[in-house]
Amino acid sequence: MDKNLQPIVEKLEKAFATTASEHRGDASLVIPREKIVAACEQVKTDGFELMSALTAVDYWPQEDPRFHVIYQFTSVSKNLWLQLRVPVPGVNPTIPTVSGVYQNANWRERELWDMFGIKAEGHPDLRRILMPADWEGHPLRKDYPLGYEEPQFTFNFEEIDLRKPYAKE
Amino acid sequence: MGLEKKLGNMGVVTTTLEQAVAWSRTYAMWPMLFGLACCAIEMMAGQASDYDMSRFGMELMRPSPRQSDLMIVAGRVSRKMATVLRRLYDQMPEPKWVIAMGDCASCGGVFNNYAVMQGVDEVVPVDVYVAGCPPRPEALVHGILTLQEKVVKNIKFAEEKK
Repeated sequence: MDKNLQPIVEKLEKAFATTASEHRGDASLVIPREKIVAACEQVKTDGFELMSALTAVDYWPQEDPRFHVIYQFTSVSKNLWLQLRVPVPGVNPTIPTVSGVYQNANWRERELWDMFGIKAEGHPDLRRILMPADWEGHPLRKDYPLGYEEPQFTFNFEEIDLRKPYAKE
Repeated sequence: MGLEKKLGNMGVVTTTLEQAVAWSRTYAMWPMLFGLACCAIEMMAGQASDYDMSRFGMELMRPSPRQSDLMIVAGRVSRKMATVLRRLYDQMPEPKWVIAMGDCASCGGVFNNYAVMQGVDEVVPVDVYVAGCPPRPEALVHGILTLQEKVVKNIKFAEEKK
């Protein structure tokens, strides 16, 4: 681990009673859901000005809790990178919003709501961002159907053609 | 196209007038700028100097639907964009034609999923489909020439409501 990153990670480990896992020089910590805002504030004062990513992963059905919300921070001044993970259960998934600490979390949390159904509590404007506003379902969950259309070959051309919606006028 | 309703059946005069109107519609068709994705680059290349589409009458591309006749849907149409596409198509004045350029506009292309509309003919009636990913400018020009053959002979897409 980079020698500048080591004290920051140790401070976070002590403050939130967690251990960092390391992979090829990059550190990742697991933070419980209630403390993520405090963790983000501490990370920001430690010199990580940019929140470079806010995404989620769905581990259904292998793992429980189902979602892991991933926060990635970059320090431009010190050239460092840090990752925080928050496990979120599948029933009524919510996380506290960090858009007060990092403003670019606003649209990323809207994307989390749209794609996974993870609500951000305290978010000023929570609505769909990628799918149409009246879409039902959350597409990036593992139990969402692929939604593909059967390809039309010559042997099933007519039967698929009858089912396809064509615009007449 | 709509001339018989206005002038009635006057025999030779109507037929020749229809042919003249069809000829003028064909060779002065102005497309609407509807480049959505990668096919738009090929459409721009078709309009630029090497594969000039102005020689076929498409002198300029109007960004406003109210001043254009032809909508070249170039690129994949997502479900969110489909309502916008239909609204712009409705704003174009009659007579209007649609070219579905590229694989994504014709049949969904490589994107066979929930977010991309599988063929733009689900929302607008298409006259000519141009295949390719993206179609070369020469292929788009061939599609335009096919459309011109269709319009100059007054072949209707759907039966006109009597």
